[in-house]
Amino acid sequence: MADTATAEPTAADDGRVKTWLALGFIFTLAWLPAGAWDALIMAALALWFVIGWKRIGLWMIWRRSLIAWPFALAALTLAIARPGAPVFQFTIGGQAITATDAGMVAAATVMAKSWLSVQAMLTLIATTHFSELLTALAALRLPPVLILILGMAYRYLFILQEEALRMLRARDSRSASIPGQPAGRNLFWRATITGRMVGTLFIRAYERSERIYAAMLARGYDGRPVTATQPPLRPTDYFALIGGGIVCVSLIVIAYI
Amino acid sequence: MWWQWIVERIALGLHIPDGFLHAPVALLWWLPTVIAVGIAARAARQSLDERAVPLMGVMAAFIFAAQMINVPIAGGTSGHLLGGVFAALVLGPWAGMVVMTSVIALQAILFQDGGIVAMGANIFNMGIATAAIGGWLARPLLIRNGVLTANRLWIAIVAAGAGWLSVMAAAALTSAQLVLSDLPAAIVFPAMLSVHAIIGIGEGLITAAAVVFLASTRPDLLQATPPSGPVMTRIAAIGVVIAAVITAFAPLASPDPDGLERVAEDAGFITRATDAPYQLLPDYTIPWLGETPLSTIIAGLVGVAVLIGLIWGMSRLLRTQPPARS
Repeated sequence: MADTATAEPTAADDGRVKTWLALGFIFTLAWLPAGAWDALIMAALALWFVIGWKRIGLWMIWRRSLIAWPFALAALTLAIARPGAPVFQFTIGGQAITATDAGMVAAATVMAKSWLSVQAMLTLIATTHFSELLTALAALRLPPVLILILGMAYRYLFILQEEALRMLRARDSRSASIPGQPAGRNLFWRATITGRMVGTLFIRAYERSERIYAAMLARGYDGRPVTATQPPLRPTDYFALIGGGIVCVSLIVIAYI
Repeated sequence: MWWQWIVERIALGLHIPDGFLHAPVALLWWLPTVIAVGIAARAARQSLDERAVPLMGVMAAFIFAAQMINVPIAGGTSGHLLGGVFAALVLGPWAGMVVMTSVIALQAILFQDGGIVAMGANIFNMGIATAAIGGWLARPLLIRNGVLTANRLWIAIVAAGAGWLSVMAAAALTSAQLVLSDLPAAIVFPAMLSVHAIIGIGEGLITAAAVVFLASTRPDLLQATPPSGPVMTRIAAIGVVIAAVITAFAPLASPDPDGLERVAEDAGFITRATDAPYQLLPDYTIPWLGETPLSTIIAGLVGVAVLIGLIWGMSRLLRTQPPARS
C-alpha cells in the first residue's frame, strides 16, 4: 500500500515532516480534556483539510478507520462510570444502570480522539514509505539498532506471513470438516497442532535469519548501520512544521481557555 | 453479562488505541518502557553482536506471522498466540523484549492496531511483562547451565503456566491503565481478567506445544541463546514484574473508586463484582487522602514509581557489569 505513494501529490513532501506532524497531532489530541468540542472539531477540520488538499481520499481514510470501532465500544462504559446528572436509565438483567451527562461527554470525547488519531496515522502511512518513516524516527534519536531491526522486520514481514498462510492452507486441505464446526478433535488437540505449526514456522524463520546473516556478511556487513545522509529540510518543510506546530499549540490553548 | 460482550471485543487484542489513556498515564508508562527497551537493546546486542539485527528482525516478522496461525475454538471464533513467552523462552528475555517491541510498534504504525501515544503502555503490557515472565520465570526452570531439561511433561507444564500467566499479567496491566484513565474498575477488571483467563489457556497450550515440539526436534535452538544475566539482575527483573502486577491491582484497593461502584452497591450487585480474586490488598488506601478517586490514582502512581525505581535499580546493576564486547 505504501509503494503506491510515489504517484501521490504528497510524495514530494519530506517524510520526516509528515511523520513529525502526524505524531505531534496525535500527542496534541491526547492532551485535550473531556468535552473540548471546539478544539476537537477544529482538529478534525484541520486533518480533513490536509487530506482533501493532498487528495488522499477522505472516504478511503474513513473506511479504513473503521478498524478502531470495536475498542471504541469500551468507551461506552465511561458513560455509566462518571458521577453526574442522570440522563437516562435502563435495566439489564435486573440491574439498573444510569448514564450520566458527564459520563456521556467523557465517552464521546474518547471516541472522537481515538477516531481522529487513527485517521492521522492512516493519512501518514497512506502517503509515506516505511523507510521514510524509519528515517524520521531515527532523526528523533531512537536507538539505531531498533531502527535496523524494525526495517528488517518490515522487509520479511510479508514473506513470513505468506509462509504462515501456506501452512494454514495446507492444514485446511488436510482437515475435512462439517460446515459450521471446527475441524479436528477437541480444543486441546487443535491447540497442540497449532503449537507445532508455530514451532515449525519458528525453525524456518530462524534458519532463514541465518541465511540472511550469511548473505549480509558476504556483502561486507560488520554490524554497523549503513544509512544514507538525509538532505537538509527545505524552507517549505520548515513552513509546514511551523504551521503544524501553531495548529497543535492553538488546539491546546482553545481547549483549556 | 452484557458488558462482557463489549469488553470481549476489545480484550481479544489487548491493544489500547489512542484517546483512551489520559495523557499523563500514557506518558508515565512510556518511562519504564523506554528504560527497559533501552537496556534490552543493549543487552541483546552485546550477547548477539552483529547477528542481532538479522536474527531479531526476522524473529519479529516471525511473531507477526505466528499470530496469524489461529486455533478454531467454536462457532467461528478463534484464538491465536500473543508470543511474548515463546519469544523469551527461545531467544532469552532481552532479545524477546526487543522482538516484541518491534512487533507492537509495527502493528501500531502499519495496521493501527494499538495507538501511538498508548504504545508505551502497550509495549510494556504485551512485550516487557510477557517476555520477563518467559525469560526470567519460566526459562530458568527449563534450562539449567545451558542444558535443557529432558522431562517433556515438565517443559509443557512450565511453558503452559507461563503462557497463561503472561496473558493475565498483560490483561491486568491493561485494565489498570484503563482504570487510571477513569474507566470503571468494577467493569474493566472482572471483565478483562475473566475473558483473559480463558484466552490465556489458548496461549498456554500453543506455547507448550511449540516449545515441546522444539525440544524434540531442535533442542539446540533452545540452548543456543546465552543464559540470562547474573542472579541480581534476575531478582531485580522479577521484582519489576511483581511491582507491575501490584500496580495493576492497586486501583482496586480503594473501596469506592468511582460512581459505578456506588451504583453497584445501590443496585445490590457489588458483592458479585468483588468476588473476583483481586482482594489481595483489601485495606490498601492512602490514609491521609481517604477513600477518594484521587487516592486511587495516587495509589496507582505510587505503584508506578516503585516500578520505575526497580527498573532504575536494574539499569544501575547492569551498568556496573564490565562491557562484554571485545
